[in-house]
Amino acid sequence: MSDPAEALASAKAAADRIVKAKRLNAMLTPPKELRKSLDQQAKAAHPSGVLYGMSVAVKDNICTLEFTTTCGSKILEGYRSPYEATAVAKLKAAGALVAGKTNCDEFAMGSSTEHSAYGRVLHPLDKHRVPGGSSGGSAALVAAGAVPAALGSETGGSVRQPASLCGVVGIKPTYGRVSRYGLVAFGSSLDQIGVMGRSVHDAARVLSVISGRDTRDATCEDRDPLRLPTVPESLQGFVIGIPKEYFPADLDPAVRRACERAIRLLRELGAAMREVSLPHTPYAVPTYYVIAPAEASSNLARYDGARYGPRFDGQVDVRALYRGTRGAGFGPEVRRRILVGTYVLSSGYYDAYYRKAQQMRALIAQDFRNVFDRGVDLLFTPTTPTPAFKAGERLADPVAMYLSDIFTVTANLAGLPALSLPIGRIKGLPIGGQLIGQAFLEDEMIEAAYAIERVFPAVEEA
Amino acid sequence: MGGGNAWETVIGLETHVQLRTNSKMFCGCSAAFGAAPNTNVCPVCLGLPGALPVPNEQAIRLAVRAALALNCTVHTKSVFARKNYFYPDLPKGYQISQFDQPLATDGSLVFLSPDRGVVTVSIVRLHVEEDAGKSLHDRFPKQTAVDLNRCGVPLVEIVTGPDLRSPQEARAYLLTLKQVLEYTGVSDCDMEKGSLRVDANVSVRRVGETALGTKVEVKNINSFAYVEKALTVERDRQIALREAGGTVVQQTMLYDAKENAVRPQRSKEESHDYRYFPDPDLPPLVLSTELVAEQQATLPELPARKRDRFVAQYALSQQDASVLTASRAVADYYEAVVHAGADAKAAANWVMGEVLADAKAHDDQLRASAGALAQLIGLVRGGTLSHQAAKRVFGEVADRGGDPRNVAEALGLVQVADAGVLAGWVSDVLASQPQEVARYRSGETRLLQFFVGQVMKASRGKADPKLAQRVLEEKLTA
Repeated sequence: MSDPAEALASAKAAADRIVKAKRLNAMLTPPKELRKSLDQQAKAAHPSGVLYGMSVAVKDNICTLEFTTTCGSKILEGYRSPYEATAVAKLKAAGALVAGKTNCDEFAMGSSTEHSAYGRVLHPLDKHRVPGGSSGGSAALVAAGAVPAALGSETGGSVRQPASLCGVVGIKPTYGRVSRYGLVAFGSSLDQIGVMGRSVHDAARVLSVISGRDTRDATCEDRDPLRLPTVPESLQGFVIGIPKEYFPADLDPAVRRACERAIRLLRELGAAMREVSLPHTPYAVPTYYVIAPAEASSNLARYDGARYGPRFDGQVDVRALYRGTRGAGFGPEVRRRILVGTYVLSSGYYDAYYRKAQQMRALIAQDFRNVFDRGVDLLFTPTTPTPAFKAGERLADPVAMYLSDIFTVTANLAGLPALSLPIGRIKGLPIGGQLIGQAFLEDEMIEAAYAIERVFPAVEEA
Repeated sequence: MGGGNAWETVIGLETHVQLRTNSKMFCGCSAAFGAAPNTNVCPVCLGLPGALPVPNEQAIRLAVRAALALNCTVHTKSVFARKNYFYPDLPKGYQISQFDQPLATDGSLVFLSPDRGVVTVSIVRLHVEEDAGKSLHDRFPKQTAVDLNRCGVPLVEIVTGPDLRSPQEARAYLLTLKQVLEYTGVSDCDMEKGSLRVDANVSVRRVGETALGTKVEVKNINSFAYVEKALTVERDRQIALREAGGTVVQQTMLYDAKENAVRPQRSKEESHDYRYFPDPDLPPLVLSTELVAEQQATLPELPARKRDRFVAQYALSQQDASVLTASRAVADYYEAVVHAGADAKAAANWVMGEVLADAKAHDDQLRASAGALAQLIGLVRGGTLSHQAAKRVFGEVADRGGDPRNVAEALGLVQVADAGVLAGWVSDVLASQPQEVARYRSGETRLLQFFVGQVMKASRGKADPKLAQRVLEEKLTA
């Protein structure tokens, strides 16, 4: 696309599709505001950009100038950032249009997008089910065909898990590949902006644009943007590891069937398949649920009602302002994690929890290095232990909810790139397979995904 | 309190020093003092959602410089940590500091104690952190205003061991620390502007005891003058308490300068658990060997060494050398005067006298150039100007500049060394003082200096005093 009229028409069509998908509650930006902004952006966009005219929806925990940034929380209701995230600025510089802000679990804490102050997001194929989370709004909009791609964010699987449940492609880059500047922090050492797309190519080309160095983020690597690989004929030469810990005895039989079919196809594509072991995998979820809340408890301290966002009970004194604002502004899941995080960092508990979790995190990362050092290029696993579950089903049991991320948190803990792509359906619901790559070798991972995407029966029953 | 019952005071100081950088510690905002409230701010120092810190390299350089000047071991790897607490002038809800892996440890500073002579105080640690904003409680009635300009200004915290033994000694240490930090260009150490702030840990014990008493932290000490006062008040409070059979409770006290008293910090002002943990937004701070070497190489001569050198090189007393090396600017000025040809002793007297007095009256500016002062000293030595006249010329040169000789001539202050002209003044003086002349002639020869003074007065300072004396002697004995 390089014709302004075409871009304008495309922006209008995207707005129409997004508005039409309103019943999903995936888009937080009101239709009128969205149409107006898309129209303006399409007129202002530079035709030479590689994403010229492409509508990309953005998760609401990524700062934008065009729209409010609420993180799905009441505590940031109406908050308009005076600056935009580096990833968003790069998107716009490439000619893409910011197609509104997508609903998410509050501050990206959740696996079902039920923990949003603005209501839950519906699964596009079954309104009684969840789209996954926390980037459920982005996943649902891509799955519904409203936008070709959307930005999400990951701390423990928040792009890949909803991608798996909604049947789209989700990529989480290596930690440090994409600037976090303007991504509202949850667990800073784990957070990365990721991309969802209808296809590997849509997701990958958006990722390529938003990747690369940024002097505003000290944890962003000084590297050139990701170069997109070409679509390979086969997977000849690839060694793909199958970590046995990701296929436990009690794995959902249908998920196992889907994965086994995928493994067969990988072999047929020419990849050498090898069983490997990542022995510390069972500790990943508990490790994650110490480190992420610890960082969150500190990252969310700034929401105190003093400088921005709504205020509650601010007239008595500053303590009342804090208590009132944070008590009323945060939802129950966020409050739970702040409490957990505060606890594990407290003196007397730090060594038993936070320090221990950091040690375990190092062991988990070492597991991956050991496997990659022995000639394995990529790992293949299920993305999620189940397809989309019913709304409300896991709300009363946080641990059951947390286990939705059992196969995804490891890549965040180890800082590795990973992607999910559809490998089939179970009773009509999509299920994803996961590729985990080596640090900063997203290109290899995407190359393999290109080959896989062509032959995988994404919509066939497993 | 005497003999075996005497109390010993034990003090350790934590000094926060603002680094002299243009921009803040983790963002590009100006670190300047005195701007309109909340104007030197950006998403990073305001702690807006999504903003991230990036360390200021110049601040790191200055911190390394301070550490080297204090003989610390500089660690090539240190870690930024978050210190978590809620306060309205702390927008992120945490301060970025350093905790268990500070930039530098194990240093020392030698200073002259008023009680014990030369004392070496241990520097336990030096770490880098960001300043908080300022809460203004007296600006609006019943409301607290917050100014975030200071938020994110780079600081180093310098922590001593419990090595100081009196409030006076604490003050002397602080002045020496200030001097070292000014010398090295690390900070302007202006307590009035808050660029140097002190918290103290104070305890008392019986002389001879080796275990430390329970310590009390004293905060809110806002000037050098208050350091001694605040610590004295707290020391006296603890001793009185102990003498009365009480026990000291570990707590934080705030010094109230107006009342010259300390009061306990309200418990809710106190933070019980800062929940320090490594800041995940900042990779460990790894210093290159080049950076450390560069700071080491460019470290100036420090005050103690300079003082010793001045004593040796310029034959000055310890006292004079101390005064001349108190600030680097003055020391450099003094040496420039000497290098421009002035006599070292005369230059010292001039700098300690006229120059420092003039600087004090003019914002610490050294207004007359070193070359001009050297020339002026030369004119006095050569007999062209009397000391009195030279002082007038100095003031003139300081105010308006110019060449001292020209100024002296323009003011008509050049000494008259013409015996004929002098003879006129001498005759006038002798004629107007017949009684003194008679006394002189009857043997009171010490009156000669009186006559010299009278001649100087009659000539309005222009007469060459040596020549005047000679002419007087001739006339009086004639």
